[in-house]
Amino acid sequence: MVSLLQRLGHFGLSVFQSLGRAHLFLLRTLWSLGSLTWRPRLLIRELYSVGVLSLLIILVSGLFVGMVLGYQGYITLVNFGAEEVLGSVVALSLVRELGPVVTALLFAGRAGSALAAEIGLMKTTEQLSSMEMMAVDPYKRVIAPRFLAGILAMPLLAAAFSAVGVWGGYFIGVGLLGVDGGSYWSQMQASVDFYDDVLSGIIKSIVFGFVASWIAVFQGYDATPTSEGISRATTNTVVYTALAVLALDFILTGLMFSA
Amino acid sequence: MTTRSIEIGVGLFVAIGIAALLVLALQVSNLHEYRQTDSYQVSAYFSNIGGLKVRAPVTVSGVRIGRVSEIYYDPNRFQARVVMTISTQYDYLPTDTQASIYTAGLLGEQYIALGVGGEEDALRDGDEILFTQSAVVLEELIGRVLVNMTAP
Repeated sequence: MVSLLQRLGHFGLSVFQSLGRAHLFLLRTLWSLGSLTWRPRLLIRELYSVGVLSLLIILVSGLFVGMVLGYQGYITLVNFGAEEVLGSVVALSLVRELGPVVTALLFAGRAGSALAAEIGLMKTTEQLSSMEMMAVDPYKRVIAPRFLAGILAMPLLAAAFSAVGVWGGYFIGVGLLGVDGGSYWSQMQASVDFYDDVLSGIIKSIVFGFVASWIAVFQGYDATPTSEGISRATTNTVVYTALAVLALDFILTGLMFSA
Repeated sequence: MTTRSIEIGVGLFVAIGIAALLVLALQVSNLHEYRQTDSYQVSAYFSNIGGLKVRAPVTVSGVRIGRVSEIYYDPNRFQARVVMTISTQYDYLPTDTQASIYTAGLLGEQYIALGVGGEEDALRDGDEILFTQSAVVLEELIGRVLVNMTAP
């Protein structure tokens, strides 16, 4: 009984310890961001591996999600004779929710796990400590560019996802199911507000990008330096990011769209 | 991978992202309506606005000329005050113009239709439309029909 209590206490303490480490880590990373201004090359290289290499999966998934929305929206709306509002249904659900959330989940799977594994392996093979030996700050050289690249890439990827998804809905709704093309766009423009919907979606995706890259680089940096530790870090990255993004999405939606 | 091709790739990525943002802003959303054309405001009192909302369209002969910019309850007159922002392109509305609240379709959103009057003078910024017709509340209408049907 007492040993069960002790194990519970140990678990609680270790959770709070890793939370504390994560926040100290975040503070130091934010502090190191300034050094990127005179070394933009590092940032560009990371933008390539985080953003450019994720672009294809984001575009393809966006297209398919938009096409599914077109189908499902049409099947439901045609019962009410309201298939003309298909454009608003597709665009609102993409811009407000699906764009930022699905992009963040894909981002965690495609880029976040890669970041965690890369940094974890650097730690395991003692590249990080040898950088410190050479008086190169690994926060400035390794962590900060990856973190910032994630934050910058996410809103761009989410916007690409939503835009492609809207076109996917157009192909299915207008091209295949015979909704009028003019009313698809005009209904969409009548109901999607730039500030309330598009801008809120972009803010959401920036927040998700921040959280996803924070979790990824921290899990990599905090990994146990063994091969098992790296595999756990990559798994944790995807799991924690998915949970954090979905919970944050609930909170942000409550804040943005409740009024 | 050479630095040059990495940089080209990143440039392409950023360009695609910005293009997608532009598509969302210009094609999907109503940003072009925010382009501030010159406008003036007139107000009207209604005893019942039904489901009228801010940003609902204001039309003349079915053509949209502005939007509802403000709705609040005036406790002195016991009526709802609706402020409409109308583009200066349509600045020749006679002072005896009538404002009515209609519904687009049977259950669609509500809008204000202006019926043009016959006076010489035109409405100016800050003026008030005197002749108004409240929204039709469906329940009231059904109630009236039922009363007529049950009458001997």
